[in-house]
Amino acid sequence: MAERSETRSGQPMIELLGVQKSFGSNHVLRGIDLEIRAGEIFTLLGGSGTGKSVMLKHMVGLLRPDAGRVRIEGRDVTELAEREWVEVRKRIGFVFQGAALFDSLSVLENVAYGLREHLPWPEQRIRERVAECLAAVGLEGIEERMPAELSGGMRKRVGVARAIALAPTVILYDEPTTGLDPANSRRVGQLIVRLREELAVTSVIVTHDLDLCFSISDRVGLLGAGRLLAVGTPDEIRASQVPEVRDFLSGELDAKKDLWRHTQDSEE
Amino acid sequence: MSSAIALGGGLLQATGRWFLDTLDELGRFSLLVGRTFRVLPRRGFPLLETVRQFEAITVRSSTIVLITALFTGMVLALQTAISLARFGAKPYTGSFVGLAFVLELGPVLTALVVSGRVGAGITAEIGAMQVSEQVDAIRALGADPIQKLVLPRMIATTIGLPMLTMLANVLGILGGLMIASQLGIGANFYYQSVINVVTLPDLLSGLIKTVAFGWTLSMVACHQGLSTTGGTVGVGRATTRTVVVSSIAVLVSDFFLTKLILMF
Repeated sequence: MAERSETRSGQPMIELLGVQKSFGSNHVLRGIDLEIRAGEIFTLLGGSGTGKSVMLKHMVGLLRPDAGRVRIEGRDVTELAEREWVEVRKRIGFVFQGAALFDSLSVLENVAYGLREHLPWPEQRIRERVAECLAAVGLEGIEERMPAELSGGMRKRVGVARAIALAPTVILYDEPTTGLDPANSRRVGQLIVRLREELAVTSVIVTHDLDLCFSISDRVGLLGAGRLLAVGTPDEIRASQVPEVRDFLSGELDAKKDLWRHTQDSEE
Repeated sequence: MSSAIALGGGLLQATGRWFLDTLDELGRFSLLVGRTFRVLPRRGFPLLETVRQFEAITVRSSTIVLITALFTGMVLALQTAISLARFGAKPYTGSFVGLAFVLELGPVLTALVVSGRVGAGITAEIGAMQVSEQVDAIRALGADPIQKLVLPRMIATTIGLPMLTMLANVLGILGGLMIASQLGIGANFYYQSVINVVTLPDLLSGLIKTVAFGWTLSMVACHQGLSTTGGTVGVGRATTRTVVVSSIAVLVSDFFLTKLILMF
């Protein structure tokens, strides 16, 4: 599948140019310039409500910028109509924060959703591909289960399986470890790295999980008050003297215990 | 004085805001309507989902429609027979009940019951999908939520409501018959008085209205579902709004549709 990725490593895969977005009077993004390179794992850090997810959704056209441009593989996609996005979206996998599995469909139908939508494959081939994707996330043989029967960690991994079914060149992860216990978080982190190695995908991760961020990222961006405060390698970010970056890293580390309790609560 | 001006200003502002919000809502509703018709001829029509929705809508609502129609027919016959007896017109009970049901009660009662039952269900389901990002997930997978969610429900409800109305018409008249025979109007006489007065155009004019009702209430329900924000609380709010808006839409449009049909 790796040969499908025609863009050479290091070339710009996704570019945001002066992207601004408001919801009513809430100015969430105030001019974002960012280049995601092909093949890298890019992590977007930031506190809650800083617009990380909003930014991620611009990369797959779920949201449109009020101002600025979005380019994917050099193509300007800012003005694309919803139908024209379809071709672009086939090559971008999106892992939603709460997994966003379709409640009324089995795991098989969830993972097969994109395949059935876009490929004229016979049933047998679709089932094989679904089994492959589930195996890739370590969940063999749960095709007939319903999402409601799965644990939070399993749901999240099924969400990943659904995102990789069409062998995308880019995978966007919205808070992939939020609500997971440490073992599951680590497993998801390893999965992200493995998918990059096996499928040569570009990965963009939105998170406030510093462990995940610093253990797997090639580059890190820190979002605050609707702007990118810093972009660099994990080492550069850790060594950054920018006050906001220092505040975020130390605050985030201090707040971690609270955050941990909070995420456990939200997992029920 | 100044507080009166402030109050007036506040009132004006609130009215203005309401007016703008309503316009905004209407605009987004019209957009949804337009987009739904545009996906209609597109490849990959969701036939299976439409059949599933149709089955759910008709089967799920048939019991409540049945009970509503039966008892309304019974009470209508009771009241009518007694009222008409005052000026010696009791034998016309069957004709009256038949016409009332076929022209108005069948279509409107069924539409109201279905907007409470089916409309609320559609909004709750799509609203829950919206707040849990499942609607976004459909888009992210390169599919169209309008085609996958709105279109099947629109078609299923638009076809299903006239069929449920037929059921209501039959049961309402039947309920009337049960009471009429107890009040000294023969069952056979009642039946004949229905058949002789109610014409096919009467029946059709009622059913045509339900096509419009079914379409309206399903589109309102889908629109409210897709516009849901604010988590589970938002789903509850959207569901309530669907029932209120679609009930009002049914009652108001009933008058104008009737006026329109009578012109022909």
